[in-house]
Amino acid sequence: MSNLNVMMVGVGGQGTLLASRVLGNVALRNDFDVKVSEVHGMSQRGGSVVTYVKMGEKVYSPLIEKHEADVIMAFETLEALRWADFLKTGGTMLVNDQRIDPMPVITGAAKYPEGIIEKLMFHDSEIVSVDALEIAKKCGSIKAVNVVLIGMMAARTQIPKVQWLAALKEIVPTKVLDLNLKAFEEGYIL
Amino acid sequence: MKKLLIGNEAVARGAWEAGCTVATAYPGTPSTEITEMISKYDDIYSEWSPNEKVSLEVAIGASIAGARSICSMKHVGLNVAADPLFTASYTGVNGGLVVVVADDPGMHSSQNEQDSRNYAKASKVPMLEPSDSQEAKDYVKEAFALSEVFDTPVLVRLTTRVAHSLTIVELGEKEEYKLKDYVKDVNKYVMMPAMARKRHVIVEQRQEALKGFAEATALNQITWGDRKIGVITSGITYQYVKEALGDVSVLKLGLVYPMPDELIKEFAAGVETLYVIEELEPFIQEHVMTLGIKVTGKEFFSLLGELNVQVIKEKILGEKFEATEQGEPIPVRPPVMCPGCPHRGMFYVLKKLRLIVSGDIGCYTLGALAPTEAMDACVCMGASIGMAHGMDKARGEDFSKKTVAILGDSTFIHSGITGLIDVVYNKGASTVIILDNSITGMTGHQHNPSTGFTIKGEPTKMVDFVKLAEAVGVERVVVCDPFDIVEFEKILKEELASNEPSVIITQRPCALLKTVTPGAIRYIDQEKCTLCKACLRIGCPSIVYKGDSIVINKDLCFGCDLCSKMCKFGAIKRMGE
Repeated sequence: MSNLNVMMVGVGGQGTLLASRVLGNVALRNDFDVKVSEVHGMSQRGGSVVTYVKMGEKVYSPLIEKHEADVIMAFETLEALRWADFLKTGGTMLVNDQRIDPMPVITGAAKYPEGIIEKLMFHDSEIVSVDALEIAKKCGSIKAVNVVLIGMMAARTQIPKVQWLAALKEIVPTKVLDLNLKAFEEGYIL
Repeated sequence: MKKLLIGNEAVARGAWEAGCTVATAYPGTPSTEITEMISKYDDIYSEWSPNEKVSLEVAIGASIAGARSICSMKHVGLNVAADPLFTASYTGVNGGLVVVVADDPGMHSSQNEQDSRNYAKASKVPMLEPSDSQEAKDYVKEAFALSEVFDTPVLVRLTTRVAHSLTIVELGEKEEYKLKDYVKDVNKYVMMPAMARKRHVIVEQRQEALKGFAEATALNQITWGDRKIGVITSGITYQYVKEALGDVSVLKLGLVYPMPDELIKEFAAGVETLYVIEELEPFIQEHVMTLGIKVTGKEFFSLLGELNVQVIKEKILGEKFEATEQGEPIPVRPPVMCPGCPHRGMFYVLKKLRLIVSGDIGCYTLGALAPTEAMDACVCMGASIGMAHGMDKARGEDFSKKTVAILGDSTFIHSGITGLIDVVYNKGASTVIILDNSITGMTGHQHNPSTGFTIKGEPTKMVDFVKLAEAVGVERVVVCDPFDIVEFEKILKEELASNEPSVIITQRPCALLKTVTPGAIRYIDQEKCTLCKACLRIGCPSIVYKGDSIVINKDLCFGCDLCSKMCKFGAIKRMGE
C-alpha cells in the first residue's frame, strides 16, 4: 500500500483524539507502520486542533505537510477551511457541517466566512459535507460525531470493514460502544 | 507484542520494564502522561508532588535508598528542579535515577521555549534523546543502566512531537530489579564543601569516562548514504531529516551529551558538506565547531519554533514550495475558557473594576485574551503573588489598591505559598485570589494536595487553604463563589481597600469534572433581548452574536447561568421556560 495521510481538524474537545487512535489501531491490524501526532494541553481548551495520522510501509515524520493529506476529516466548517490547503489534489475532505464560532467572531472582531462548503469545492477533490452532529444525536450522543466521520472515511478505503469494527471495539469505552457502532454504520453508508 | 504508544506512555513502559519502583512528577504539558501512565502500574509507587523540586528530591531519596526512580517534568519544571539536579550530579546515585524533561519547541502549551540540553551540559549529567516511542522506551531502560554504571543521574529529553506522537513499540518483559543495599556514605551523599570538593573531582573523571562511552555506544550511529551531504541530528529532527533528504549520510546522536568527538570527526571527514540540523539552540553545532570542523546549520534554520520536512527540503535541497495564496482572512481560534468555567465570573469582575492583574500559569491565563483581557503579567508558576508584592513596593498604596494576584489551587501549592509568606513577612498589602476549582485543570485534571485524592485516586488529607493562609499570618481570609458576581465584587472591593494582606478563595469545581452536573440549558428570548451585548462580555463560547441577534448554542451551553446574571432584561431563560 502507498502511504495514507489523514488529518483530523476541529475544535478542542470534539473527540479528534479518539478518532485518531481508532485509525492508528486499524493501521496496526494491517501491519502498516504508523505514526499519529496528537495535541494535548492548552489548545485542547476550545482552540483549533489538528491530529495527523500517517500509515504505510515506513513512516518517518509524524507530521503531514501542505498538499500531502489524502483525507481530511473536518469536525467543523471553519477548521475545514483553515486546513484545506493541506489536502492533496484528488484528495477527500469529509466535513461535519457544524459551525462553532471562535471567540474573535463572538466578540465581533472577525467575521465567520460565508459559504465555506462552496469555497472548498476546488478542483479534483472530493468534498463531502454532512450534518454528522444530527446523525450522532440520533445515535444517542453528540460525542459520536467523530465515529460518524470515521465511518465515512472507512467506506472510502480498501481496508475491510471488519477491521474498522474490531478497532472500534478495542478503542471505544464499552458503555458507549453500541451507540458508536451505530454511528459508524450511519457514516459508512454516506 | 506490538502496541501504539505516545512517547510519554513509552517512557512509562520503559520505567516499568527497567524495574523502576518510584516515580514522581508535577504535571506539565508535554510531560504529564508519563506519570499518569506510570500510576497505572501497581508495582510502582507514583506521586504528584507539589512541585518539580520536591519531585526530584523524592526521586533522589529513593535512589539513595536503593530503588530505581524516575522523575518527569516539562522544560520549565527543570528550572524549578535545577537546584537538586546540579548537586545530585555530585552525589551520584545508588539505584538508577532518570530525570525526564519534555521541551516544547513552538510553545504549544508553554511560556517559553528554552532548550533543556543546556542543563545537561551545565550540570554535567548525560542526556539521551529518543526520536520515537520505541526509542523512548529503550532509552529509558538504557538510562537506568547508564545511571548505575557511571554513578550519575541521567537526563532523557523529549520534545512535544515525540512525547505526543503514537508510534509502534515492541513491548518487553519486566526486569526483576533488587533494591541496592543501603549503605551510609557521608562522603558521597552529604554535600558540604569538604565532601563536595572531592565529589567534583569524581564528576570530572566521570565526564571523561562518559566521553569514551559516547564514542562506542550504539546510541550514536552513522548511516552512510550519499556522501555529498552529511547531517548530524537527534530526536524528532532525525525523522524529519530522513523523510526530507532520503539517502544522505546521517550521524544520529542518541546521546546528545556528552558528544562523541572522534565519531563526529570521522563523520565530518567522510562527507563533502556537513550540516547540523536541530531545533532551538545550536547546541550540537557549537560543539562541532569547537572541534575545528567546518559546519553550518543555524545559518539556515531558525532558533525559533519547530522544524519540519518542508523547511529542510527548502534549505538543504533548494526545493521551492509555493506559498498558498491568501483568500479572505480566516478568523483565528484561540483556546478559551470552557462553557461553565468557574473562572469566567471572576474575570468579568476583574475587568469591570479595571484592576491590574498579576497572573499565573493555568487555564485562567486564558483570561488575558479577549473579551475579558483581565491580566497584566504572567511569568512562571507561582509568580503572581511575588510580582503583585513587587508592584506594591514599587508604586505604593494607591497602586496596590488596584492590584490583585490570581492563581489556581495547584499553582498556589506549587510555589505561590512562598510568595504569600513573603507578602506577610515583609508587611505587604497584596490581595491574592486563589481560584480553587478542585483540580489541576490545564494539564488535563490531575489531583494535587488540595483535592483530597492521590494520583491513584485514593482519599488523602487535603490542604485547608483558609487555615494555611491564617497560619502564615494573613488575617483577612474570605471564601466565596465566583459565580455569585455581586457578592464577589463586594468582597473584592473590601479586600482591595484594606491595608493588609488578604486572601480570597473562590471555590467552584472545574466544569469538566465528572462530579459536576450541567445545569438546564439556557436560551435567549428574542422578544426581550435588546441587543445590549452585556452577555457577550463574559466571553462564553456558547453565546454567539449574529449581527441582528444573539443566540445561545445549545450544543455548547453548560447551563451555568452566569449569562442570565448579566442580563438586565430577563431575556435569558432556562430551556422549557
